[in-house]
Amino acid sequence: MLDSLVTIKEALPYLLQGALVTISAVAGAMGLGLVLGITMAVGQVYGNRLIRTLVGVYVWFFRGVPVLVLLFLFYFGLFSLLELNLSAFWSVTLVLGMTTGAYQSQIFRGAIQSLPQGQLKAARALGMSDAKSIRSIILPQALRLSIPGWSNEYSIILKDSALAFVLGTSEIMARTHFVASRTYKHLELYLTAGVLYFILTWLGVKALSKLERKVRIPGYTHQE
Amino acid sequence: MEPIPILQVEQVSKNLGGKKILKSVSLNLNKGDLKVLIGPSGGGKSTLLQCINYLIPPDSGHIVLEGQTVSTHNKQQLFEFRQQVGMIFQDFNLFDHLNALDNVTIALRKVKKMNKTDAKQLAMIELEKVGVGDKANLYPAQLSGGQKQRVSIARALAMDPKVMLLDEPTSALDPELIGEVLAVIRNLSQGGMTMLMATHQIGFIKSLADEIVFMQEGEIIERGRPNELLSPDSGTRTADFCSKLNDLNGEVV
Repeated sequence: MLDSLVTIKEALPYLLQGALVTISAVAGAMGLGLVLGITMAVGQVYGNRLIRTLVGVYVWFFRGVPVLVLLFLFYFGLFSLLELNLSAFWSVTLVLGMTTGAYQSQIFRGAIQSLPQGQLKAARALGMSDAKSIRSIILPQALRLSIPGWSNEYSIILKDSALAFVLGTSEIMARTHFVASRTYKHLELYLTAGVLYFILTWLGVKALSKLERKVRIPGYTHQE
Repeated sequence: MEPIPILQVEQVSKNLGGKKILKSVSLNLNKGDLKVLIGPSGGGKSTLLQCINYLIPPDSGHIVLEGQTVSTHNKQQLFEFRQQVGMIFQDFNLFDHLNALDNVTIALRKVKKMNKTDAKQLAMIELEKVGVGDKANLYPAQLSGGQKQRVSIARALAMDPKVMLLDEPTSALDPELIGEVLAVIRNLSQGGMTMLMATHQIGFIKSLADEIVFMQEGEIIERGRPNELLSPDSGTRTADFCSKLNDLNGEVV
């Protein structure tokens, strides 16, 4: 028992460094996904047929192929074919970002489409261009509605980031595997890794629900 | 000499889903006119109002504001035209994420590029004009229907429109809230605002409308002054329609 605690204590600083890598990759991926997701959602709702088709194909592709396959496809396939020389870390961040972008686009699309049509009409009637209406009227409302779904997406991507291990990124999972294969303390170490993921999930979800409350529109509530 | 109309609607037609919603509708508004669109639902009143500021682009026909035909090819011109035409909706369409004040300031700032302080000042004046100055910091979800509609009128007025289009502004309101909104519209009309309004508030029409335009199945089938069209022995479709409305409301014409 004491033995196990010592192993964990000794490995912890090393694993925590891995947590920083995980956090960086997930933050980058979620950020990229946010930009891609909003852009594609707007394109899918307001764009012409060509844009809608392109977004549709993109979303189907990234939703239809396993993340592990995508990681190999891009890292060993496309990125090296294009001679991009991307590190494993950046490859993981990009692939996770593109994947979550596909999912996030559908979160945002649902939110945009749930807004009453009159919102856009009223904005247009005041002389706003479509771009301005979307930026000042539609997105501020749609993004608020998207926070619960986005929080879900965060927790999924955080855990998917463990797949980065296969490319040799030194995030939580890779470091845990490294230590475990040397000390043979599998149970203790993977449990520690699990707890680290759990804490990161909990912190992120907590922060997002705090944000949700903070930006809640006054009077707009289902609670009495 | 006939005055030059401030707004001309020329032979506007619109098909939606294979159905003719508007069949070559024409009408003019002179400065200070209050014209009222009435008629059965589905008759094209709302579509006509939305065709006038191109929220629904007409299939054919023209809109002319102060002698200038509105062109839809130049987006910028279309946006500028819309700024001059205030629109009031049946269900208010206040921006739900903004408080009353910002509902009024947003277009001033984003469209008219007014600075924040000036926009706020002007917005407060308009909110006070319609009697909701004390609600400036409340959000739409915290306002009654009548207050929401008054905020939406303030929002339109702040843009300094030349014409206002009102699409059944009191139809979504509880009966006891209709009066406060009609009072605001009455003040506007008496202040010289040019307005085209779809409404079934017969008392209001009788006392204020310059002309009643009766629409049915996408066409104007009757038009005239309220006292001509509404007298029970005039035998008009309008009088018949209004007496039916009054029967529903338990009133006697």
